[in-house]
Amino acid sequence: MAAQQDHQRPDMARALVDAGFAALVTFGLSFPILALRTEQDMQNRLVVEQRWSWAIVAVVAVFCARLLAGLLSDWRARAVAIPGALIGVYGAHLALTVGPANGAGIVAFGLALLIGAFPLDARLRETPAAVAKPNVEGPDHSRLMSIAGIVALFVFPFVMLAWLGPQGSLKWINNYGVQILIYVMLGWGLNIVVGLAGLLDLGYVAFYAVGAYSYALLSTTYGLSFWICLPLAGVLAAFWGVILGFPVLRLRGDYLAIVTLAFGEIIRVVLINWSDFSNGYAGISSIPRVTFFGVPFTAADNGFAAMMGLEFTPIHRTIFLYFLILCLALLTNAVTLRLRALPIGRAWEALREDEIACRSLGVNTVNTKLTAFALGAMFGGFAGSFFAVRQNFVSPESFTFIESATILAIVVLGGMGSQIGVALAAVAMIGGTEILRELDFLKRIFGEGFDPAQYRMLIFGLAMVVMMIWKPRGLISSRTPSIFLKTKRAVAGALVREGQG
Amino acid sequence: MSAPLLSVEGVETYYGNIIALRGVDIAVNAGEIVTLIGANGAGKSTLMMTIFGSPRARSGKIIFDGRDITQMAPHDIARAGIAQSPEGRRIFARMSVYENLQMGASINGAAHFNEDLERVFTIFPRLKERAQQRGGTLSGGEQQMLAIARALMSRPRLLLLDEPSLGLAPLVVKLIFDTIRDLNKREGLTVFLVEQNAFHALKLADRAYVLVNGRVTLSGTGRELLARPEVRAAYLEGGH
Repeated sequence: MAAQQDHQRPDMARALVDAGFAALVTFGLSFPILALRTEQDMQNRLVVEQRWSWAIVAVVAVFCARLLAGLLSDWRARAVAIPGALIGVYGAHLALTVGPANGAGIVAFGLALLIGAFPLDARLRETPAAVAKPNVEGPDHSRLMSIAGIVALFVFPFVMLAWLGPQGSLKWINNYGVQILIYVMLGWGLNIVVGLAGLLDLGYVAFYAVGAYSYALLSTTYGLSFWICLPLAGVLAAFWGVILGFPVLRLRGDYLAIVTLAFGEIIRVVLINWSDFSNGYAGISSIPRVTFFGVPFTAADNGFAAMMGLEFTPIHRTIFLYFLILCLALLTNAVTLRLRALPIGRAWEALREDEIACRSLGVNTVNTKLTAFALGAMFGGFAGSFFAVRQNFVSPESFTFIESATILAIVVLGGMGSQIGVALAAVAMIGGTEILRELDFLKRIFGEGFDPAQYRMLIFGLAMVVMMIWKPRGLISSRTPSIFLKTKRAVAGALVREGQG
Repeated sequence: MSAPLLSVEGVETYYGNIIALRGVDIAVNAGEIVTLIGANGAGKSTLMMTIFGSPRARSGKIIFDGRDITQMAPHDIARAGIAQSPEGRRIFARMSVYENLQMGASINGAAHFNEDLERVFTIFPRLKERAQQRGGTLSGGEQQMLAIARALMSRPRLLLLDEPSLGLAPLVVKLIFDTIRDLNKREGLTVFLVEQNAFHALKLADRAYVLVNGRVTLSGTGRELLARPEVRAAYLEGGH
């Protein structure tokens, strides 16, 4: 047993030595190939061009990759961490050569994948081989990493601000931080419906729209503040969740998917055509911006900056939005985790497994389904109202089917029902899209006219196909039971058949 | 004699326009094991499901313990004191054995959960060994034990068992049937059993009904029916 433990839990020193050796070998190889290059100059003479940064990048990249391979015992965690590290190294290289503003976000993106990989590894390590033996350290390790991850998320905007200043950090906090967190939250919300209750919902964006328009209309018409509108938006979205839930109570699988798809479209089409209510295609603009609990983020004397004694910059609002969505997302996560341990959460999972069995055990399937729809919708509504306050403009175009598809893809790629998996999938999918805008080196390969962002959908399609072949049940397919006799143990995903819920 | 615990009176059930039960009358007295045998498609499982409220009977009455449950929702019927181990076991494959049992206790929640858990673990010690395992990884026999144990978790007064012998090895079938008999003898549990395995079922049962094409054609004690030539010819020839 002890030997097996050793084998399972890689130690730091060995991994470091191993990585150092690999880095040395890389240096040996890269020094003649990458660092020194002969070129012909104007007079047709051979001159040696020195490219030490190339060699250093290669050495650092190999060192990181090798170190991670040594530290992470599961190949799936490695598959997340190593690209993360390589992206991080690439970003650092950009930051050092071109300018910090160009690379910082890429570094952060890489780090996010890297940090996520450790709890992932801890989760996976507990699973297949460890089924027969109690694992005392595993969950603690995983909890520690989760706390570290949350702390990292909380300090992220300040680090960016200190590093890049208000101008440079805006893009990274907004385009990466806030954008990714919105989708993490939407993914977690949809996860309740799809991942836990097993009800395939293709129209989730409808609740996002309901939340966004709730805030937009309530604030512009009645002048209600964001903090009053937020719960109202949640309630209204939950109400629409129940409205959708009733007609689809008897449907499952493909039929359910079609009806929910239609529902999503109906909401959007109504918003387009009912101009008196929603102002149609033009949407609703000049929605009040978020305030710091009543204190506006303006340069005025009663503004946030003046009150705090800071110099005014628009980044304060962005950072506040970042924390707002971070807290909303963490709330979603906390509620979901809590509910999973309660009878209602167990009933959702049982419903996903077998509806007839549920009914024969006295589970009220109607209520169970409706609560799943309502709760999922409520979190969608929260996210929607956040979306409206962030954009201060909403129009039906933001709520097309592709949004539903993206959110569903995040849930499916993440491994249905897994919280950390969904978060990682959101980072990869949404952050990945943003990263595509930064890959300037591809222009050197494919020519100046090449814009990697144009190939976004193609790359997603490919990634989906590869994922479905390589890991058909998503990034994390194992499932930790919500209740234990003695010790906590996950149920390995590898043992779960396709189509078995 | 007092009124039966469960009485099914003239029940007709349809699937759309197709009739599945053509006026079935059955009674189960408290403390009895009653079995229903019949060929494929006779309507055995339909009757079981109709008692449980899904599908509902189009006409006729189902009385349980003096209450008319004909139009009640399945979850209310479960609360009234009937538990069911459905055909094909239908355990929750991705959830652990322990969680499956917890789902069985849905209607009474945490009240006397540990006590009931001990009880089913005493009846099926194998399940205790497998408590942490995922339901789907159990063998067929273990899954059947789990399905019965799960039904017992709600402390039912009437247990409906739909084909517990389905797809199981003879030894396991014997074990399951012995357990049912034991539960009935020791705890006085009332059991209504639907079976294709007529020989075992009739040996076990106090009384039995034969269902043919949605109608009860024969009834009597288990022994009587075992001896009837038409039963032997239809259900028992060629084996056992």
